[in-house]
Amino acid sequence: MSLQLAAARVPSPEPGRARFRLVLPTELGLVGEAVEAVVTCCELPDALAQRDRFRLRTVSAEAIANAMCYGNCEDPERMVTIDVEVSIAAITVQVTDEGAGFDPASVPEIVDEQDCHEAISGRGLFMIRHLAEQVRFNRQGNIIWVTLTRC
Amino acid sequence: MAITTTTSPSNVTVVTVEGQLIVANRQELKQALADALDEGARKFVVDFGPTAYIDSSGLGALVSVNKKVREAGGELRLAGLNEDLRSLFELTKLDTLFAISNTAPEALEGF
Repeated sequence: MSLQLAAARVPSPEPGRARFRLVLPTELGLVGEAVEAVVTCCELPDALAQRDRFRLRTVSAEAIANAMCYGNCEDPERMVTIDVEVSIAAITVQVTDEGAGFDPASVPEIVDEQDCHEAISGRGLFMIRHLAEQVRFNRQGNIIWVTLTRC
Repeated sequence: MAITTTTSPSNVTVVTVEGQLIVANRQELKQALADALDEGARKFVVDFGPTAYIDSSGLGALVSVNKKVREAGGELRLAGLNEDLRSLFELTKLDTLFAISNTAPEALEGF
């Protein structure tokens, strides 16, 4: 499945901030395209530094894939909503799934080198937390906000 | 985004990842390496020269295929990681699991 994904601009209450929304079905094949749509929104006010573009792509891919795989349990009937807020100083990506939510504190971090060398999964949240300046969840655990401060 | 497989004159299988290695195409990478293993290949280089980013499932796929290659008596090396990707491998401590060369030709030299 492939769509020409483009985020729609939504009204922003504050000057100097742009907001965009993208809603897509749970389809893992769309993750890469959704990531590029997020990057396109964020390039609009000012071109991203290479390091920021890398961080934005990586954390967006993680958050969207987590929403589809763990939140929506890969159910194609469930949607993922991506809200992006962009300013000159920062980018916040909010990803909402239609699942029951989870407790992020219950996700163990892989720290032991042996585990790092053998684990097939479990690096996603760790990577988001280390690449972003701020990571928040709602109480239910089905919405994540990831904020990057621009270089 | 594309994953292409070639064989070097020294009989090393080179898998090149263009664009990204993420949840959407990790299976393609695993299949490319599994097919080559089945055909008798034992030396592999994954070239990330044209790769913009890798997510955690992509890293997991690399760990998984590396295990299969090692169990078959082979070796998998990585090449072409840019500064950002290299820092990701350091962050996840995978830089100590894989032999990493600056370029694919460099990785092939040592094989």
